[in-house]
Amino acid sequence: MFRYIIRRLFQAIPTLFGISIISFALVSAAPGDPVMKRTFDPKIKAEDREILRRQLGLDQSPVIQYITWFTGVTLRIGDHVAEFSNERSRCTYTALINMTFCDKGGGILRGDLGTSFNTREPVWERLIQKVPATLELGIASLILSIIVGVPLGVLAAVYRGSPFDYLVRFLSSVFQSIPIFWVGLMMILVFAVILGILPSNGRQTATLNQEFDLLDRLRHLILPSFTLAIGGIAGFSRIMRTETLEVLHTDYIRTARAKGLAPTNVWFLHALRNALIPLMTILGPAIVGVLSGALVTETVFGWPGMGRMTVAAVGQNDYPMVLGAGMFFAALTIIGNLMSDIFYGIVDPRVRLG
Amino acid sequence: MTVKSAQISSTSLSGALTNAAQASRPSLSYWGTAWHALRKDKLTLIAFAFVFLVGLAAAGAGLITSALGVESNLTNAGNAYQQPYVIPYIKWQLGSDPMTAPLMLGKAGGVVHWLGTDQLGRDLLARLLYGARISLLIALTAASISLVLGVVVGAIAGYFGGVVDDFVMWVINTVTTIPTIYLLVIINSIFRPSPLILALTLGFLGWFDIARFMRGNVFKVRELDYTHAARALGARSARILSHHIIPNSIPIVIVLTANSIGGLILAESILSFLGLGVQPPTASWGNMLFRANSFVFQRDAATQELQGLHLLFGPGLLTTFTVLAFSLIGDGLRDALDPTLKNKR
Repeated sequence: MFRYIIRRLFQAIPTLFGISIISFALVSAAPGDPVMKRTFDPKIKAEDREILRRQLGLDQSPVIQYITWFTGVTLRIGDHVAEFSNERSRCTYTALINMTFCDKGGGILRGDLGTSFNTREPVWERLIQKVPATLELGIASLILSIIVGVPLGVLAAVYRGSPFDYLVRFLSSVFQSIPIFWVGLMMILVFAVILGILPSNGRQTATLNQEFDLLDRLRHLILPSFTLAIGGIAGFSRIMRTETLEVLHTDYIRTARAKGLAPTNVWFLHALRNALIPLMTILGPAIVGVLSGALVTETVFGWPGMGRMTVAAVGQNDYPMVLGAGMFFAALTIIGNLMSDIFYGIVDPRVRLG
Repeated sequence: MTVKSAQISSTSLSGALTNAAQASRPSLSYWGTAWHALRKDKLTLIAFAFVFLVGLAAAGAGLITSALGVESNLTNAGNAYQQPYVIPYIKWQLGSDPMTAPLMLGKAGGVVHWLGTDQLGRDLLARLLYGARISLLIALTAASISLVLGVVVGAIAGYFGGVVDDFVMWVINTVTTIPTIYLLVIINSIFRPSPLILALTLGFLGWFDIARFMRGNVFKVRELDYTHAARALGARSARILSHHIIPNSIPIVIVLTANSIGGLILAESILSFLGLGVQPPTASWGNMLFRANSFVFQRDAATQELQGLHLLFGPGLLTTFTVLAFSLIGDGLRDALDPTLKNKR
């Protein structure tokens, strides 16, 4: 098991490497001059812009720029130690290959996702601040979609062909077709505007001044987590129905029924246990779904998480922030898929990892 | 058992003898069988009809709106948030409420707004129709791009295997690691979103599933006897791919594409909702909902009634039903086109 985890983590390295190339390529392809974007002031002279361009390494080829972005080290042909040395970058000249290396610090390799254009704070720190809120919403909606979706799927399979079965299948089709933000707006409309029983915005009441109040937190959590769980409920009930149908036709279920075991015991002790195994494989996609849905749900409900911050950064053209969030979400997705595979190995003894 | 079947065969034999034309009915082709199965599938046919109607309304948006005397971008500040005219009109005709409908008509300057107007007094029905045009065009263009890319790349990766396959799979696995919606958000935040860019990005990010399926199917078909036979007869790779492997995969590719169109409509609406999709004043279902978002709490100053509800319901319901129809079509086509499922139903 341990060796398997280590191997999978190593396999993630080329993937993250590829993602960094794609992200960088996208930003390099962005229209507009990055130097102009940083120097709006018309009083800045053209020569000064050129100096800034050289210092940022933007006069170099995209490949060199990528290396700089990735490692935090700039390289130039010839001796430029005097020109580029300052308090932030340490330069050394290697005569053997006639190149200057300047270490500016940072770089993706050292876990530095850059600095936000907007707030001048490190991207990494801003992301980490928002992790708890997103995790809270994500875990709540995953739990909700499992405790609602799984029993629905099992019962639909048991009562196959009944009106209940058709209802579950119809609802799961509708839930997969409905725009998630529209569900959110409808929830706000019904529960916040018309009935006025649940808050529609934020993670807690503003007047509480960040004081922790469990009841208040839960009330704020209800609408967003249900909205985010819609897709999960549909997916889980669909998979559980198919799997339970398959398990119900196996010999050991027939044996259990023949021994005189009560139907509910057979369904929920024998069938469910085995039907749950494939559920582990869709836990990975479910985590991806929750992370993607967070982007929209957090925006609708003003939830102070990573998704809403990413959307805000997009609106402000804050590329480092957007890219950093993209890399971060990719890493979370890899971890989510790995966890799903590990659980699969634990639950199903037939799957041997290693 | 044997007696019964003997009876049946004897009656069918005599029937065949008396009516030779019936006995020589040609056997159904693959597509014929599929059509036969599909014709019995009411739900799928309803879904087809719905999509056809929406497509027709979108294509004829100009004709319909000019016949109704409305325009999608004509603003009328004095007539913002008019409620749908349908219900007062019915009440007027039935005589139960002779006041409301004529009043609404007067306020709108004689123009009938069947589904009401938005915050700028623009006709909602007209915007829904033109929005359908944009939303469907984007989804269909993107689906075509991903169909072609997925089939070609997947077939090449599967047929040649080795390094080519490794590279293609590495690209696919890498890109699919990032949740697609983030890639879409990143790309559309960097480039100015327009319907064309939106269709291109959705298309170029949507081919991975089709390519994965194609690759798997090619691995299977490559080792089948008829492919070996074709190779033994001296057929070249291009011919084997285009005449044997790709046609063999077409049914499932059709199903995957039909299913993906619904997802693409949803993706467009999500991007538009985040302000990264089709930009105003051009209408799409997504950006209509994006605008409606701000008016959920909007109340009439005098009566305190919620004003923006019809703006929320129209595009939302239309999106949901259209996506649902496409996924039903996908399911129905899968049942009809996949001969391996035939005995399982």
